[in-house]
Amino acid sequence: MPALPLDEAGKYVAAAYVVFVVLLVVYIGIMAAKLSRISREIEEIAELAEQRRAEEQEPEPEEVRS
Amino acid sequence: MRRAVAALIRKDLRLELRTRESVPAMVLFSLSTFVLFHFALDEAEVEGSLAAGILWVTLLFAAVLGINRLFVSEREEGGFDGFLLAPVDRTALFVAKATVLFGFLAAVEVFVVAAFAILLLGPSPWPGLPSLVLVLLLADAGLAVIGTLVAALAVQTRARDLLVPLLALPLSVPLVIAGARACEPLLAAGGAGALEARWLGVLGLYDLVFGLLAYAIFDFLLEE
Amino acid sequence: MFGRGLKTLSLLTVVLIVGAFALVFFYAPNDADQGFIQKIFYLHVPLAIVALGGFVLGGIHAIRHLRSGDPVHDARSYVSIHASVIFGVAVLVTGAIWAKGSWGKWWVWDEPTLVSFLIVFLLYCTYYPLRYAIEDRDRQARYASVFAITAGAFVPLNFMAVRAAESLVHPRTFGTVEGGMPGDMWLTFLVCFAGIALLWVTLVSFELTAKRTSGQLSRLRRALDDGGHGGGPGVARRIAPSGAGSR
Repeated sequence: MPALPLDEAGKYVAAAYVVFVVLLVVYIGIMAAKLSRISREIEEIAELAEQRRAEEQEPEPEEVRS
Repeated sequence: MRRAVAALIRKDLRLELRTRESVPAMVLFSLSTFVLFHFALDEAEVEGSLAAGILWVTLLFAAVLGINRLFVSEREEGGFDGFLLAPVDRTALFVAKATVLFGFLAAVEVFVVAAFAILLLGPSPWPGLPSLVLVLLLADAGLAVIGTLVAALAVQTRARDLLVPLLALPLSVPLVIAGARACEPLLAAGGAGALEARWLGVLGLYDLVFGLLAYAIFDFLLEE
Repeated sequence: MFGRGLKTLSLLTVVLIVGAFALVFFYAPNDADQGFIQKIFYLHVPLAIVALGGFVLGGIHAIRHLRSGDPVHDARSYVSIHASVIFGVAVLVTGAIWAKGSWGKWWVWDEPTLVSFLIVFLLYCTYYPLRYAIEDRDRQARYASVFAITAGAFVPLNFMAVRAAESLVHPRTFGTVEGGMPGDMWLTFLVCFAGIALLWVTLVSFELTAKRTSGQLSRLRRALDDGGHGGGPGVARRIAPSGAGSR
């Protein structure tokens, strides 16, 4: 098998390593999206929890008044 | 357990004899496939590696048809529940179904090999026939094991008809490799060559490994 | 490995991979036969070995899942297979690029390792439709484990069968690399292998952490919803008698 001239072979080698890096970056991107979804859900749940706490303290004065 | 296995096999054989669903369909499918191959390849006669390839691919696709139907009666008539209630080792179902599938494949091959010899095969199949039968039987055992496993996996899912070929085809590749390569010299033009023991070894190993594996894990497919 | 362990793991992975690539391009000598294009092997072969190892590991986790019924093992099995499938894509693409550069064609059937890898990859791609076709969570996990074990046993068998099919006719083109590799090539290869293996472990850990967190979030959300509804009437029941009493 003849050895390809450096500039030609270099393109293929570079392509292979670039594909690897691209896949890695895509994976990181997907992970980042998952992370942002999780942090959004945590925010919602934190709001929900605070709402619950407010509801538990609120109804007492209302019930007594009516 | 042997009695349970025997009873299950008898049930399935009686069902097949009465309805004549699977085996005739598999044979018919194979014959149509041979006609297609004739036109697709534009060949009147094939021999050697081409013949082996056509035969094995056709048999594999016919097997997929049989695998699709294997557990359908259990699924639709509540046979699974009935079986689970019986005080029987659950692996009996696996042994019975695999044996039935093996029987179907062997029966189909009797007709299909004969048809192949008439329709497409150039050289005479008689000299290589004993070796051919051996290779077919060994491969049928592997197909029966893997087919029963895949059928059980797929029958309780939504996309049953899609999953069976998707799962069964890659798993059958070693069988087709060994089967086709083994049959190549048997169907050769200049008179049947020798059967290579190497391929029998591959087939035997495949049968052994997957037979034991399926025997061990089949139970888990039946739990409710 | 969660929390602080994850950070150390990621750092170590980055260091190893950067070091490995540096070795590949600045330290390892050019292959006498194949020239510069041989450098792809330092990426392609470790990816393949790690992916195959990952598949087998997925099968081992599946065995533990079937024996214990603990869904943790099913999660590990799924993530192992998932990561290996992604690595598998990289294997096939880098393999095709290498083939195009060496032989001028995008795919060759000569190389049994690559061919057997394609078959294994096709098989594991069916893992996803199998899982998505089963709705019941327990059954899905159980059936997936059965598949993972079967496929894991299939990997070595398939490799042997493909190898037996090709070996007589074609010379193994990887022979020049694996056969007489000089010391500095071996070192580069080992470092690359370590880096890729660690990368696999890191990605699996990230994926498992994300899964666990999502699961815990669902639990939290469910608990809050139930607690809200249970607390509502409960609070009202507590309030009403005292309210009535105070009237």
